[in-house]
Amino acid sequence: MALQSLDIMRRSASPTPAPEARSPMEVAKLIDVTTCIGCKACQVACSEWNDLREDVGSCVGVYDNPIDLSPQAWTVMRFEETEENGKLEWLIRKDGCMHCSDPGCLKACPSPGAIIQYKNGIVDFHQENCIGCGYCVSGCPFNIPRISAQDNKAYKCSLCSDRVAVGQEPACVKTCPTGAIQFGSKEDMKEVAETRIADLKQRGYDNAGLYDPEAVGGTHVMYVLHHADKPNLYSGLPKDPQISPVVKLWKGMLKPVATLGIAAAGLFGFFHYITAGPNRADEDHDEGAQQ
Amino acid sequence: MKEKLIQRYSASERINHWIVAVCFVLLAVSGLAFFYPAFFWLTGIFGTPQLARILHPFIGVVMFLGFFIQFFRYWHHNILNREDVKWMKSVKEVLKGNEVGDIGRYNGGQKGMFWVMTLCLLALIGSGIIAWRPYFAIHFPIPVIRIALLVHSASAVALIASIIVHVYAALWVKGTIRAMVEGVVTHAWAKKHHPKWYREMTSKK
Repeated sequence: MALQSLDIMRRSASPTPAPEARSPMEVAKLIDVTTCIGCKACQVACSEWNDLREDVGSCVGVYDNPIDLSPQAWTVMRFEETEENGKLEWLIRKDGCMHCSDPGCLKACPSPGAIIQYKNGIVDFHQENCIGCGYCVSGCPFNIPRISAQDNKAYKCSLCSDRVAVGQEPACVKTCPTGAIQFGSKEDMKEVAETRIADLKQRGYDNAGLYDPEAVGGTHVMYVLHHADKPNLYSGLPKDPQISPVVKLWKGMLKPVATLGIAAAGLFGFFHYITAGPNRADEDHDEGAQQ
Repeated sequence: MKEKLIQRYSASERINHWIVAVCFVLLAVSGLAFFYPAFFWLTGIFGTPQLARILHPFIGVVMFLGFFIQFFRYWHHNILNREDVKWMKSVKEVLKGNEVGDIGRYNGGQKGMFWVMTLCLLALIGSGIIAWRPYFAIHFPIPVIRIALLVHSASAVALIASIIVHVYAALWVKGTIRAMVEGVVTHAWAKKHHPKWYREMTSKK
């Protein structure tokens, strides 16, 4: 699974730094929600390339199919009807891993090498090292990883790291018929987004903007939204996603406090014994015996 | 010589204690491995990291059940009284090896330890079940699981530190290990460390 053709930036549960010599450019996938027609070709391409087959589900009255992400569905289109500026709007968002610069999944993962962040920004799960604890699920601010009931391992979008490693774009990008999904260097994608946003603003979408949330260090999957001020409209895309403070406390402060507490208990015992000495009842015993 | 020994723990109490103790060690080893990346190699003790993750919660349930029985064996011996407060206030003197107060079956420190362990075990089983994959975690919302994971590791750390003190106290006070291995203590031990209990035990006969 490990693709050494990609340089590693961070590795889960590995406190020492990864090789630093090379620093390749950051990539990004830009999803222009405003030009998406909801055809689900990206879902099919993902399923084809990654060799995934979700079970046929049942219709629940909405276009979403499959209804949620799963170990067999790494990307799903989410359809939302909403009324903005007195008009009905059909907002369609391709959901999947955002490939955060500061990935909550990687921060939470206890197993060395189960989650890898490449220097190009891709966050990849290496299932052979996954222990199935589900910590990544708790760490993720976007509710993306899914644990398989078959093998108890976590799965999510890999941004087609295998394709990107050999200079190809992700499968969903390759297949998108409207050009709503684009792929390139993060810098270039930001530029593409800027021109698109300027166009949208001209056409009356005053709040059009780029979704590249800062609190997770920016993402390597970005959205162009017509209502960037209300990302929640797009099937609950979080407005200010960040790693939960509970997870930060658990993976941050608690560790030094725990180390101090446990070490204090052990050291206290050791130094008490070599200074105060053992507590014996022998003398009394002897007295008792004499009596 | 046999007359000089007082029975402190029956065989079933000893078996109970050591089942809980062995479970604790296995849980602490695997738990620390999940908590500290530098200790992840400890999962190898269970064969593979995956096996450690699978076994940890089952061992936890065994420990909880074992402790549950112990709780009902001992809770009524662990009600704090004035003598215990006196003991706790003069803990510095106690640490010098000089006993304080007319101590019954357990002293203030032991009673405090009992209640700390009880609280930790309750927090651990509750949070542990919430975070247990694949069986239970799927039924809880993610924010609840996050809190459970924090509570689980914090109470585990508290319990590990407490158990270090518990084990040290048993090593420090000579003759104590024998109570939990052979089940008996000497008259001198009882008279020195638990005078009130000693009187109760000797007056019975």
